[in-house]
Amino acid sequence: MSEIVLELRGITKSFGNFKANDNINITLHKGEILALLGENGAGKTTLMNVLYGLYKPDQGEIYINGQKVNIQSPLDAINAGIGMVHQHFMLIPVFTVTENVMLGNEQVKYLDVLDRADTATRIRKLSDAYKLQINPDALVGDLSVGLQQRIEIIKLLYRDADILIMDEPSAVLTPKEVGELFLTVRSLVEEGKSIIFITHKLREVMEISNRICVIRAGKVVGEALTKDADVNRLAALMVGRPVDMNLTKSPLRAGKKVLEVENVSILGRQQKAEVNRVSFDVREGEIFGIAGVQGNGQTELVRALVGLIHPIEGRIKLLGEDITKASPRRITELGTAHIPEDRQADGLVLQSEVSDNLILNRYYLPPFAKKHLIQTNAINQNAAKLVESYDIRPRNPHVPVAKLSGGNQQKVIIARELSRPIKLVIAAQPTRGLDVGSIEYTQKRLLQLRDEGCAVLLVSTELDEIMQLSDRVGVMYRGSVIAIHNTSEIVKEDVGLLMAGVDLTNPQKVLTSQQLVDKSV
Amino acid sequence: MEKETNSNNIQSIIFLKNKRLGALFIILALVMVVLFTQNLDAITQTTLNLTHASSSIMTNDLVLNSRQTIIVIAVIIGLAGIYQLIIGFRSKFTLVLGIVFLLFTFGFIVWSVSGSSINITGLLSVMVVRSIPLIIGAMAGILSERSGVVNIAIEGMMLSAAFTASVVASLTNLWVGLLVGILTGGLIAWIHATMCVKYKANNVISGTIINLFAIGITSYFSEKYIQSLDYAYLNNPGFFFPFEIPLFSKIPVIGPVFFNQNIFAYLMYILVIVLNFAIFQTKWGLRLRSVGEHPKAADTLGIKVNRTRTRAVILSGLIAGLGGSFFSIGSIGSFNEQMTAGRGFIALAAMIFGKWNPINAAGGGLLFGFAESISLKLAIFDVAIPSKILAMLPYVITIIVLGGVVGRNIGPAAGGQPYETESK
Repeated sequence: MSEIVLELRGITKSFGNFKANDNINITLHKGEILALLGENGAGKTTLMNVLYGLYKPDQGEIYINGQKVNIQSPLDAINAGIGMVHQHFMLIPVFTVTENVMLGNEQVKYLDVLDRADTATRIRKLSDAYKLQINPDALVGDLSVGLQQRIEIIKLLYRDADILIMDEPSAVLTPKEVGELFLTVRSLVEEGKSIIFITHKLREVMEISNRICVIRAGKVVGEALTKDADVNRLAALMVGRPVDMNLTKSPLRAGKKVLEVENVSILGRQQKAEVNRVSFDVREGEIFGIAGVQGNGQTELVRALVGLIHPIEGRIKLLGEDITKASPRRITELGTAHIPEDRQADGLVLQSEVSDNLILNRYYLPPFAKKHLIQTNAINQNAAKLVESYDIRPRNPHVPVAKLSGGNQQKVIIARELSRPIKLVIAAQPTRGLDVGSIEYTQKRLLQLRDEGCAVLLVSTELDEIMQLSDRVGVMYRGSVIAIHNTSEIVKEDVGLLMAGVDLTNPQKVLTSQQLVDKSV
Repeated sequence: MEKETNSNNIQSIIFLKNKRLGALFIILALVMVVLFTQNLDAITQTTLNLTHASSSIMTNDLVLNSRQTIIVIAVIIGLAGIYQLIIGFRSKFTLVLGIVFLLFTFGFIVWSVSGSSINITGLLSVMVVRSIPLIIGAMAGILSERSGVVNIAIEGMMLSAAFTASVVASLTNLWVGLLVGILTGGLIAWIHATMCVKYKANNVISGTIINLFAIGITSYFSEKYIQSLDYAYLNNPGFFFPFEIPLFSKIPVIGPVFFNQNIFAYLMYILVIVLNFAIFQTKWGLRLRSVGEHPKAADTLGIKVNRTRTRAVILSGLIAGLGGSFFSIGSIGSFNEQMTAGRGFIALAAMIFGKWNPINAAGGGLLFGFAESISLKLAIFDVAIPSKILAMLPYVITIIVLGGVVGRNIGPAAGGQPYETESK
């Protein structure tokens, strides 16, 4: 095996009483892709923030090329040749690509005057060398998430980083973009870079990495070469118990229509029609999946269904009642549960305690409120019960929900939304960013609801999830639902093609806007 | 066929908002035709005098037929309204709004002074004078806000600087007074920076406290000492006189308006140009903007967020100090209680109007300066509108600008948010 470029020895980092990293030892070889696998909250990101100088470790040492280094700040890390692609991009949307890349490491013509042209030329060279297709003059805010990530990579290359840390790089990407990312990652390795790839997605680990290091509860619990690794064992190591990766679905027993959407059109922020004459219905006891690449109108559609925005035309009916212009509260009271796409922005009050977040949809009703007074006892009892039955960790319902891991935040939302009689569940990207254990839990819960006779609308960009869970699937492309099929009657590959706007009857062509209108169902 | 009407339906809703503004233009045009032409006969003339009182160049007077001029202007505004209704100006709307505003004001002037004459050059010259503290204040605001610290304390900084500049200039000379005025602004900004950046106080509260403090302390010393006859020598600084810039001042109309001013105006021109270049073309400016937009991103690239912000706020204070000194030693040659009269806030309105861009904000400053100038000028004519109402004009325009008629202007993303590094 080639030389060791990076070695972490005995890294320990605590936050209060909580040990996020407990005596972690990791080595990285030159030209290697090391997958750091673990659930959310296992301590992967903490470890990398220590390496990048954002956190100061309580104990432990870092060696680069055999030399002990003292990393106090991101600047030290950059100078030591370490670069990081953060999970939440560190890009400034109102800056151009060039400005983002040069920031902190600016080329100047004379005095303090920026040399944008020179930097842009360097960016073009890097972009060509790694086939990244980046236009240095574009505004970052106008670019897709996939392109933004490439800018992050260019930022590291521009600084001549040799050790690249990628924190959950695939979490925000579409399947196609993930494929392109992997190509980039491989070409980086060919150029002699070494990569630490943080993820919780087993499939990706098996596809991209050379070696795997599993972290659970702040400790390294297993290491293996990828070619020797077994998916089920990895999953069990990661979660700490055997995981059932296969979903079993009982036969469909669909009842009457719960949600009816007729010819709904919605205007987006830019005064542009984001949703175009969409019609479908969801029946009792079925899961209706909406597949589509992010940004094809799903977000706006869901917001309209839960009453946050109103369509400019068309009708939405819930259990026969017209809710097109109804308030979110009315829609909730009719028995709708909403698991929002952006759980931190739309699903939780991050600074509030878990117990308060658990009653956000019912706080004004007895037993939580009597007249205008909040009943603390009832709220605490409710919280204690739900924290236990939904396995929300930590068990203390009085911590701010912001302190919880992503999976546990999702459990808080699920607990709140489902612990009352409901007729319809609207689940938008319910497993995004969750770890294996939480995905398993969430998906099983949705199937259980279906079997109990609830109508479930599942909006997801994960094709596998749609195909496994839904009974019927509608594909959204540029604001229109271009096809609805029974999941049993269409293959996954065809749904993937539809997501890209390919006309299945004439696969050479991508649907034009006019055809979209004609095709809308 | 049905599908076409559907897409038209969407289109019509999109333009509902624009229609309201188009209708506003048309109403404006009708108001002009109905009100402004009422008491005018066909031969009344308005004379526009283009020669500056203290200038050596003579320019011919412009004589207009009042009624025809007003009708022509009304027709232009009306057509703009119709265009907005049917097609829409889209992104150019702010510019069109500005032009319509100027046209309407011009029509208003023509009506007000019909049968008489008005010195346009004088009017514009006063506009520049009046816009000096507004534009300098807006530059101070831009510097601070671009770094992510909201600075509503500009009013207080300017008021304090006006006071110290006046007192020190009375004791020594104008230049020392100016220097002390600038430093006063910097000192107060240092307090603001300490509170907002180091102690992570709410920016608006810190600014409000500074403003209240500045009013209190200057009013106290003013009333107790410098307004009393015993200490009158403390409030007699004199002021900087206007001087002509060779060549430039010979340009017709523009010359006497812009290049026959005092040192404050010239410093203002330089400041606007330098700041505009520095913010957008230099390393310093790039880093300044980065900490105001996304401090964490800047931090991960090794930029010292809090140090950058502190320096920006102090520099902002120095500039506000310059603007404040204008009130006493650049204008009337004495300090009066609360003499800034909310212009620090109007400066912020100019900043927002200009979308945190120095050149555009200077345009906003000129607009407000023009409003002040016109309300002063028309007060001496026999206009049907009481002068007190005219004096409200700058503030009314501020409300309109901030009320979002110009469209919602979005400032630096991290404005007003203290930055805390990760728990280490």
